[in-house]
Amino acid sequence: MATATAALLDVRHLGMRFGGIVALDDVSFTARRGEITAVIGPNGAGKTTAFNCITGFYRPSAGGLHLTHADGRGFALAAMPGHLIARRARVARTFQNIRLFAGMTALENLLVAQHAPLMAATGLGVLAILGLGRYRAAERRAIDKARMWLERIDLLARADDPAGALPYGAQRRLEIARAMCLDPVLLCLDEPAAGLNPRETAALDALLLGIRDQGCSILLIEHDMGMVMRISDHIVVLDHGRKIGDGTPAEIRADPHVIAAYLGEDDESADALARAAAP
Amino acid sequence: MTNQGSPLRDAFLSALVALGLFAPMVGLQTHVGAHGIALVPRPLAVASLVGAVFVLRLAIRLWQGRRPAAGMSMMAGAAAGRIALAAGRARRFLVPALLALALLMPVVASRSTLDLGVLVLTYVMLGWGLNIVVGLAGLLDLGYVAFYAVGAYSYALIAQATGLGFWSCLPAAGALAALWGITLGFPVLRLRGDYLAIVTLAFGEIIRIVLLNWVSLTGGPNGISGIPRPTLFGLRFTMTDEPGTFAGFFHLAPSSAHRLVFLYYVILALALLTNWVTLRLRRQPLGRVWEALREDEIACRSLGINITTTKLTAFAVGACFGGFAGAFFATRQGFISPESFTFMESATVLAIVVLGGMGSQLGVVLAALVMIGGPEMFRALADYRMLIFGLALVVMMVLRPRGLVTERKPSVSLGGAARAIPAALIAEGRS
Ligand SMILES: Nc1ncnc2c1ncn2[C@@H]1O[C@H](COP(=O)(O)OP(=O)(O)O)[C@@H](O)[C@H]1O
Ligand SMILES: [Mg+2]
Repeated sequence: MATATAALLDVRHLGMRFGGIVALDDVSFTARRGEITAVIGPNGAGKTTAFNCITGFYRPSAGGLHLTHADGRGFALAAMPGHLIARRARVARTFQNIRLFAGMTALENLLVAQHAPLMAATGLGVLAILGLGRYRAAERRAIDKARMWLERIDLLARADDPAGALPYGAQRRLEIARAMCLDPVLLCLDEPAAGLNPRETAALDALLLGIRDQGCSILLIEHDMGMVMRISDHIVVLDHGRKIGDGTPAEIRADPHVIAAYLGEDDESADALARAAAP
Repeated sequence: MTNQGSPLRDAFLSALVALGLFAPMVGLQTHVGAHGIALVPRPLAVASLVGAVFVLRLAIRLWQGRRPAAGMSMMAGAAAGRIALAAGRARRFLVPALLALALLMPVVASRSTLDLGVLVLTYVMLGWGLNIVVGLAGLLDLGYVAFYAVGAYSYALIAQATGLGFWSCLPAAGALAALWGITLGFPVLRLRGDYLAIVTLAFGEIIRIVLLNWVSLTGGPNGISGIPRPTLFGLRFTMTDEPGTFAGFFHLAPSSAHRLVFLYYVILALALLTNWVTLRLRRQPLGRVWEALREDEIACRSLGINITTTKLTAFAVGACFGGFAGAFFATRQGFISPESFTFMESATVLAIVVLGGMGSQLGVVLAALVMIGGPEMFRALADYRMLIFGLALVVMMVLRPRGLVTERKPSVSLGGAARAIPAALIAEGRS
């Protein structure tokens, strides 16, 4: 099955250094269309840095990032400005420390994400001030889409509450919904299950699988090994900026390098991996 | 707040500071006697002031100490919530009342009050214009007076060069100010927070110094005089009733009050236009993204929003209204010089925005009334008015550090009535 699906994101010899620190060193992997690709590794392994390169927040010091849409259009992400990666290449992301617009409502958060289509309907903003143009219909569509996502993440009742006042788990889900309002082809999630209780994690599993099945591929950084093993189709393991493993969940579970890395670095994660590895 | 020693020690230190401040300022009075100026010491006045500071500080500390910190902040939260609720209820009546008062002002007010009204409205308009940049987009702009100056000089120069009137030149003055906003914004908008504040501060000064030194164009320190006054559909306001004048057309006795009333309504209309555009924009994608930018720039970038152009639009729209206000200022005065466009103006307008509560339109009105109207009203108190004014600002900082109107109304809602968002959640966009 893996060979049948086409490559969506091709990470080639990616390198990133900050002064003397080598955060990523010659990392190559492929995220395939229609799959959940997990990126795991101990703290400081370079996972977030890789995301920042992919989404244009950092310019890689070496290597290339190639994204191919289903219609064959290709994007060299490493050379694109950050906002165009989201708008044109359609790569959306969430952040390890939640970055919602705390003083704006949940609904407003989802509307800001639909800025590009809304702005296009306003005629450079001038027509919208006068209430002219196709703006009204565009706004209704945007609100409908936001409502649909609020329903999916079970936050419809709190649509008009400020995002900053929502419980932690709800904020995590809202950030995912906001990213999804961009209609991305690739959704990059940085530790979406951090701080969630088991019930919320189960709901997140379902949400992510649903997103994958509707055609949006996912790149997932996660420390919750149970979740990674349950939902990912493919796993990439980083350690100290290098790739030390790449394969299906079953392959990764059995990989001695991976287990060694986890045992050496981080007791909690090692335990989690060991537990996940147990049948 | 951190605990600084015992209350008694703290009160003693405060009294010491007060002694240092008041001893020279209050304790020594100059007295013009037969042999020139003599210094008369006033130990009693100093002692009573220092004593008052000591007692007040002690009382505050003891009052604070009576309850644990956690309970205190929760109490404060609940109180703030109650205030916000009351403010929300009051606002429904306050806004129409203020609007009615503004419209009826020329009928009921005396000449000098109306003059003050024009001044207050000019600052309301400037405050609303700056509110777009600072309150909505969260860009700290300390050089807003630059756009005010560009608008004023644009109008004066264009009107003198082409002979066109106020209304024909007004759009050009706004457009030129916006152009300068973009020109300034383009290189500096990558800067954040304090750096942006410093660069805009410098820009304001540069404009003023250029105006001062480019004598051949601007007349330098002499300024520009004989700027055309505004007309009502071509009717001039003069002290005669010949044809083509307001008094002549309506068969009224010529009076200088006509022009004042007309100017009042012009600035009222311009200010309301600023408000209307801002309120409309806030509910449009552009305004919503300005607010999102204030909340979190990085998140905006991850959502495909071009931060530079978005900031530029905020800068340009804010500058445009500053330019309109400047053109009005020029036509009202009939004379402008660089002296009218000092940093003090930027600081006053910024103070109005901050005092009003960042992003709040009603807050700007209240703050302009307090900041501009207040000192004028208490002119009778002579030297003490600035003291009272300073004291009022300090009290504000302690009681309502986020400004007069602190909540934010959502720009859109699914359910019927949108609930206001408390200030604690709203970013101020300074990082
Ligand atoms: N902006 C930065 N400047 C300097 N060092 C950085 C920066 N971002 C990340 N690093 C370093 O890169 C390494 C990888 O960090 P990160 O990608 O955040 O790890 P993680 O896998 O836990 O997400 C760490 O050593 C971190 O200190
Ligand atoms: Mg990380």
